[in-house]
Amino acid sequence: MTFAQFAPLLPEILLACAAMALLLFGAFRRQDATRLISWLAIAALVAAWLVLVNRPVAPGAVLAGMFITDAFATFMKSLVLLGSALAILLSLDFIRREGMERFEFPVLILLATVGMMMMVSANDLIALYLGIELQSLALYVIAAFKRDSSRATEAGLKYFVLGALSSGMLLYGASLIYGFAGSTNFTALAEGFAKNQVPVSVGLIVGIVFLAAGLAFKVSAVPFHMWTPDVYEGAPTPVTAFFAAAPKIAAMALFTRALISPFGELVAEWRQIIVFIAIASMLLGAFAAIWQKNLKRLMAYSSIGHVGYALVGLAAGTGEGVRGVVIYMAIYLAMTLGAFACILAMRRGEEMVEGIDDLAGLARNQPGVAFALAVFMFSLAGIPPLAGFFGKFYVFVAAVNAGLYTLAVIGVLASVVGAYYYLRIVKIMYFDAPGEKFATPLGRELAVVMAGTTLFTLLFFVWPAPLVQAAAAAARALLP
Amino acid sequence: MLNGVLLSTVTFLPLAGVLFILFVPAGSANADRNVKNVALWTTLITFAISLLIWLRFDNGTADFQLVEKHAWLAAGINYHLGVDGISMLFIILTTFLMPFCILASRDAITVRVREYMIAFLVLETLMIGVFCALDLVLFYLFFEAGLIPMFLIIGIWGGKRRIYATFKFFLYTLAGSVLLLLALMYLYFQAGTTDIPTLMTTKIAPGAQKWLWLAFFASFAVKVPMWPVHTWLPDAHVEAPTAGSVILAGVLLKMGGYGFLRFSIPMFPDASLYFTPLIYGLSVVAIIYTSLVALMQEDMKKLIAYSSVAHMGFVTIGAFSLTTQGVQGSILQMLSHGIVSGALFLCVGVVYDRLHTREIARYGGLVERMPKYAAVFMLFTLANVGLPGTSGFVGEMLILVGVFQSNTWVAMLATTGVILSAAYALWLYRRVIFGKIAKDDLKAMLDLDTREKLLFAPLAALTILMGVWPQPFLNVMAASVENLIKQHQAALAATAKLALLVQ
Repeated sequence: MTFAQFAPLLPEILLACAAMALLLFGAFRRQDATRLISWLAIAALVAAWLVLVNRPVAPGAVLAGMFITDAFATFMKSLVLLGSALAILLSLDFIRREGMERFEFPVLILLATVGMMMMVSANDLIALYLGIELQSLALYVIAAFKRDSSRATEAGLKYFVLGALSSGMLLYGASLIYGFAGSTNFTALAEGFAKNQVPVSVGLIVGIVFLAAGLAFKVSAVPFHMWTPDVYEGAPTPVTAFFAAAPKIAAMALFTRALISPFGELVAEWRQIIVFIAIASMLLGAFAAIWQKNLKRLMAYSSIGHVGYALVGLAAGTGEGVRGVVIYMAIYLAMTLGAFACILAMRRGEEMVEGIDDLAGLARNQPGVAFALAVFMFSLAGIPPLAGFFGKFYVFVAAVNAGLYTLAVIGVLASVVGAYYYLRIVKIMYFDAPGEKFATPLGRELAVVMAGTTLFTLLFFVWPAPLVQAAAAAARALLP
Repeated sequence: MLNGVLLSTVTFLPLAGVLFILFVPAGSANADRNVKNVALWTTLITFAISLLIWLRFDNGTADFQLVEKHAWLAAGINYHLGVDGISMLFIILTTFLMPFCILASRDAITVRVREYMIAFLVLETLMIGVFCALDLVLFYLFFEAGLIPMFLIIGIWGGKRRIYATFKFFLYTLAGSVLLLLALMYLYFQAGTTDIPTLMTTKIAPGAQKWLWLAFFASFAVKVPMWPVHTWLPDAHVEAPTAGSVILAGVLLKMGGYGFLRFSIPMFPDASLYFTPLIYGLSVVAIIYTSLVALMQEDMKKLIAYSSVAHMGFVTIGAFSLTTQGVQGSILQMLSHGIVSGALFLCVGVVYDRLHTREIARYGGLVERMPKYAAVFMLFTLANVGLPGTSGFVGEMLILVGVFQSNTWVAMLATTGVILSAAYALWLYRRVIFGKIAKDDLKAMLDLDTREKLLFAPLAALTILMGVWPQPFLNVMAASVENLIKQHQAALAATAKLALLVQ
């Protein structure tokens, strides 16, 4: 074992070391170091990203084929790092005001991020499980981080119990796959199927079903979505913002790789599962959100719907489809973090408010925030020329090309239903009489995140080429 | 000047106006007035520059002109602009109507003026873009994005039931359009490009054509609107502010008719032939049924809205008659209806600004106090009916001539629509303008002021000009329409030959 073998893991090693160093630093300093540690954590994420993109390592698997680096991993890891960094940025003011200013918060986010990067690079069922558990254990704690709030503790506990259940299913599926196919390594599995050395048995299919069920839980797709609304609503808002972005991207990347890479030959076998999950998620996301009164709960249903759209690309099972998923997640990251930045701006005095009706007349009180949130809502609804439209465009192009017409028609019609509740938020902000004002100023970090994501969402159509090309390269790495 | 970027300039110039408006300092006493002036000048300059398009337009060719093309989304999806005889006049119509909308809002809009003007200018960019776009994805982008400003215009500055109306408008149109989106993805898959000129010459299997045609139809039928998906229009018209109604009737509805001529007919010739009876049937129902409904209306705007549905029925019949006269008449009817219905909504706006009601029964005898208004209203009412000498006549006449060659029964039934339109329009006129002036507030009403006279003069002049001398307009579209029909017949002949070979 030489150092060169570890070179591909450098970003993960760096991040893990940084997390432990910051943990020690925090433990030996007094409590008021949280803000400093948060900034250092952001710096560690940025450093990891710089190492990731500036140190080109030859694509390939290391550590006995467990850990793979390729363009797909690099792209998705960049998104994960960005999502985590922005989530810490969004939490800075909040955790101080809400009395949950403890330095473990950014450290836990760093540890979860290491887990996510493992997930993205996992090339083996064991590595996959390790990554998921490292991520999940950190996330369970973060969900319940506000320990004197019964809602947050409830959310954390619910997440933990259901998460453990899904991990169990995933492990059961992995063991079946190992038993029937004889390997846990993605590359070896793919080769076995390609050369017809491994028969496609019922046991193997059942294994894939259980694996898909476990992964569907992680991306919160129907019918394994039940935890999402409660956790989103119960957890503190910056935590929800974090949950909605980085872990979802990592889980989606894992889902994509775990199906395409070892089971790419068996598209016909698993496609129907994904089609069903996608349709159910899109429909539930569209219909269940209509009656919501809490904005965070609404965003939970919205995220379920959006996972459904991203899965449309995966259902296609083609390079185009993977490109669609990658673009979708990148755009989803910007929209959802932007929307949560707006939700974090909803503060009256010292109290956070989360009701949709609390937004009444926001366009007169705070035109900037209202405009930003309106852009995100129209974008989430998929109205051109905003970025959300292009996300949908690329996944549906893939679905149509793969001949999945029913899926595509149901998907676009669900997006019309979904448009209703996004419009309702715009209506409340722009058409209704103004209510009580929110507290100002917003806070610098919030304003920066909001402005950045708004500009990206609004102006994506002007120059989409860089993102689309990077996504295409990422997809080629997975499906040459 | 502006060689090679003329269409982009005209399309995006209104956005420059938006930037200016953003820089007008808020809170100062004259802020609202300055914003209105900036918006007015922006639209006027845009109109002036758009006339350059006409000036440089070559009537002799059916090819796309003033073309601009740059790489955009992916291979085969480009930023591609251009005009031909079918689209060019719609751009001029849009830029021509916009200053009137701004002027009409001068006194009527008093709250959130800045947002209002921004919404209108953004809408102008998107509308022009729809008619310039030579790429399906680009077209869809402009087509759909227009929903956002219109949603806000109706929802913020509309009447009592504005929320219901604006949601209905948005969701109806969106539901129709998403199917078009899927169809265009299928086309992209088949042809490897969404370039409109390429797609026009791409042969698609007749079986697939039918599905694609229906998907496009879903979108355009809602936009036109055709019976039975027209119900959003009366609601949207009644609740929208005057300028919103003008732009809705004047330009947005035309996108549907334009879509049929630009996409459905040239790209799916076999399906167009197959579905012509459907179009004829729905249009005849629209003409007769909505005319009867218009007769019973008690709200002035609603009456004009239903009359719009009836008139757009003529447009769809003419387009699918696929004769030179029919298609030319259909385009001319759209232009004429854009001006006339816009003017009629402005007429309603004039009395609404004074009395704040659109209920027909509240009015009567206006001619005594407002003779000038009565004359203007008379002109546009008669143009709406299609009196010879006004723009309405030429379009309807050409359509009927065209349809007569294709289907006598349809022509006959459509002609009854002309009679019915005379009935409801003249009855409206009688109830509002003539009769005894009874109420005190009516007696106190003032005639048109200078701004309003300035507003109506160009519209009236153009209505009469198009009525007595339609040649310049017809010349613009002649070559393109001729080409459209020739291509269509060639495509049908090719299919027939293929069918024969198979036998």
